[in-house]
Amino acid sequence: MKEKTQVDDIDRSIYDFRYEEKDVYQVEEGLTPDIVRQISKDRNDPDWMLEFRLKSLETYNQMGVPDWGPSIEGLDMDNIITYIRPKSERMQKDWNDVPTDIKDTFERLGIPQAERASLAGVGAQYDSELVYHNIKDEVAAQGVIYTDVESAMRSEYADMVREHFMKLVPPTDHKFAALHGAVWSGGSFVYVPPGVSVEIPLQSYFRLNAAGAGQFEHTLIIVDEGAYLHFIEGCSAPKYNVANLHAGCVELFVGKNATLRYSTIENWSKNMYNLNTKRAKVEEGGKIEWVSGSFGSHVSYLYPMSILNGDNSRCEFTGVTFAGEGQNLDTGTKVVHVGKNTSSYINTRSISKSDGISTFRSSVVVGPKAKGSKSAVSCESLMLDPQSQSDTIPAMDIRTDDVDIGHEAKIGRISDDVVFYLMSRGMSEEDAKALIVSGFADNVSKELPLEYAVEMNNLIRLEMKGSIG
Amino acid sequence: MAEQILDVSGLKVTVEDKEILHGLNLTVNAGETHVIMGPNGAGKSTLGSTLMGDPRYEITAGKIMFNGEDITGESADKISKKGMFLSFQNPVEVPGITLSNFIRSALEQKTGKHIRVWDFKKELDKTMELLNMDPSYAERDLNVGFSGGEKKKAEILQLLMLKPSLAILDETDSGLDVDAVRIVSEGIEVYKKTVGGALLIITHSTKILDALDVDATHVLVDGKIVHDGDQSLIAEINEHGFEQFMNESAKE
Repeated sequence: MKEKTQVDDIDRSIYDFRYEEKDVYQVEEGLTPDIVRQISKDRNDPDWMLEFRLKSLETYNQMGVPDWGPSIEGLDMDNIITYIRPKSERMQKDWNDVPTDIKDTFERLGIPQAERASLAGVGAQYDSELVYHNIKDEVAAQGVIYTDVESAMRSEYADMVREHFMKLVPPTDHKFAALHGAVWSGGSFVYVPPGVSVEIPLQSYFRLNAAGAGQFEHTLIIVDEGAYLHFIEGCSAPKYNVANLHAGCVELFVGKNATLRYSTIENWSKNMYNLNTKRAKVEEGGKIEWVSGSFGSHVSYLYPMSILNGDNSRCEFTGVTFAGEGQNLDTGTKVVHVGKNTSSYINTRSISKSDGISTFRSSVVVGPKAKGSKSAVSCESLMLDPQSQSDTIPAMDIRTDDVDIGHEAKIGRISDDVVFYLMSRGMSEEDAKALIVSGFADNVSKELPLEYAVEMNNLIRLEMKGSIG
Repeated sequence: MAEQILDVSGLKVTVEDKEILHGLNLTVNAGETHVIMGPNGAGKSTLGSTLMGDPRYEITAGKIMFNGEDITGESADKISKKGMFLSFQNPVEVPGITLSNFIRSALEQKTGKHIRVWDFKKELDKTMELLNMDPSYAERDLNVGFSGGEKKKAEILQLLMLKPSLAILDETDSGLDVDAVRIVSEGIEVYKKTVGGALLIITHSTKILDALDVDATHVLVDGKIVHDGDQSLIAEINEHGFEQFMNESAKE
């Protein structure tokens, strides 16, 4: 080889800016019943929620940390501020009323611009607080509810929230689900009434600004019979030297013959522990489509789960994970086939670079009643240099015959032939490699709305950027 | 004397510690058409790849002058921008970019200027028509799922759009089908007529050369040019093979 490529760490300047916290309300670091009570009081919780929080804290204290994935030793809960919000007025419906530095943050991330251009509604969370929530009038007129969970708990949807809140992901699920149950705040509540099709997406954007803080937003989406929704979730944070924690929870209820597409571009900074839990329950003839791009975080545990409860329900999971220097991203998906003739289609790509570790973990369970079900799992990995690592851990538990199960895994390196071909037409080595990686990840970018596909390709370009010498 | 576009002197090239070219000399003048022929394993593909700057081929001695500049050891993207083009025998598939966007970005890289989509599209459509190429291919991912013939057309399309001053055609595989032969020879004709650049055709298949005015023919045996001739040499090789030149090589 005449040349060696030295690819630098990502230039994150477009995400990596921060504002001093001023005029904030925050709790002490660590986790005690008093802190939980304080959060509950500040959120103006109903009584059942305070009880729920305290019980979750007990559960949290009883459970051990997972011992099967990437190390989370660097995460010390005694140092994490679980609740921090701007002291100013609560959630706004007009960007002009959002505090200036927070507004600037979201403007730099392009959120208000995106709302104007291509979204049916937007929610913006800054640290622990939803600072902005708005939905287009015509979408609201269809009866679609899009608000934060706290507001929903105090509205005519109070019973609906209570009936669904942490029922799919109970606090006993794992230690960080319990933590979420104790200290959650913010997030989104969406309800789409029967037969309503929301033509353009809704988006929530989560920004964690404070150092050493945690974000525990709760997303609860109910898509009623025959309805359609595309929901987009974005997240980022500036980088700090101390650990930040994200333990959000997403619960999705997809009704009979309804379809929900849930897209995520996750770009947390590389000091983040992303211990997020996402789960969907799909009724008869319904469909959940996950589109998931994981680019940020120091450590991730992320396995969106689909419970195909009703007969003929379906799930599609399309994911890409890019682990660069210092990142250990353990991602994948879980599917449980309960109903008859259910089908799951899983298609993931993982990319690792500069000692990054990318692990694909999947679990497909086909229950005894799920006759006639189909599952196809395909995962491909691309390692960009000899220092990076990639693993595939697929698990299958099939409890009935009359099923059609396929699994395929491929691990490869970037092809010198392709790099040379592209360079021979004038493309720099860096651009050639970025193009190859974008092409490899196009299973996801093809599923995203154009603006997000562009953002994703920009992230890939940023990750690939470096000097050649 | 005509202007030299390519001047290779004493070129030694190693792949994985094995020397393939052992001091090769070759000169091509601007606008000329040269043919390189030789038996299997003589180093024909190595020559094309090395000239284009493939980093897997290590130059251990010698010099490559292109348009009066020393490009020895230069990277492929820089060489490309200086006006050299290599048409690949087996073009790779590249998902994630369409043929049209790829050519436009290559043109922008080369000229350093933004190219208006409208102007570009017009020229692209015209050129595709010239090659009798289905316009839908422009919006398909580069070479992905293209047949052998369409891949070849896509290479010639890039050649005609990028307008290099030296085009190297690597057609070492004697197993080219009739279609591919026709596409390549028609493409060459258009290139000579519209661009007027120099050509270096590395081939086994003399069918490609039938309709072409060749200025010089070189015989490459065992990593060296062992014989130079004019167009008539092609017919001679067709009749008698490389045997005589292989002996020539062995004598040295």
